[in-house]
Amino acid sequence: MFRVTNDPIDLQDLLDYVGDPAAGAIATFIGTTRNNNEGRKVIALDYDGYPEMAEKELRRIGADAQTKWPICKMAIVHRLGPVQITEASVIIAVSAGHRDAAFAACRFAIEEIKKTVPIWKKEVYEGGEVWIGTQTGQPLPGRS
Amino acid sequence: MKVRVKFFAILREKVGAAEMTREISEGSTVADLWQALQKDYPKLDVPGIRLLYAVNQNYVKPDHALKDQDEVVFVPPVSGGN
Repeated sequence: MFRVTNDPIDLQDLLDYVGDPAAGAIATFIGTTRNNNEGRKVIALDYDGYPEMAEKELRRIGADAQTKWPICKMAIVHRLGPVQITEASVIIAVSAGHRDAAFAACRFAIEEIKKTVPIWKKEVYEGGEVWIGTQTGQPLPGRS
Repeated sequence: MKVRVKFFAILREKVGAAEMTREISEGSTVADLWQALQKDYPKLDVPGIRLLYAVNQNYVKPDHALKDQDEVVFVPPVSGGN
């Protein structure tokens, strides 16, 4: 299960998907939206994404993880659009025969998402907004 | 020939459109297209921005030659996850 969605992500959907008779472990990662970044109060978050390519890249991450570790199944769901503070922006679930592979593949997936998946985050502050990763908009304190 | 260009995140805001069709000459590369678009839309010249190029949903190098009806996306630094 590799998809993007404009709706809140239900962890149970991912757990149901990765459940496997051969699994002795399921590792999960939940990325949640934080109310602050580098000393500024974040009042809203908005994710933009290129859905077809994002899902393709998520599938590629799953395939890579399968070649690196003996895992059973992986699921990644990423949110797009406005996401409220405390809500999940991304959830990853991985089942494997043993916990080491499950943890490793889960960690790998979140790190890869940040490198190649075409999804962008805008943080909105009081008095400014920034597309994260792009050197424009209102500079953060301590940055030129 | 014509290609379809989609804009996301900061580039969509700079252009003021999510999608457009652009006529380009045969043999143009994806980097050529980017230069042409920057002439059309000077605001696209975002200082310091590092872009990746995607054609038909695959990352390609700047010298990738475009074909008629290709779907092109200029990918600003990604920031998914959390």
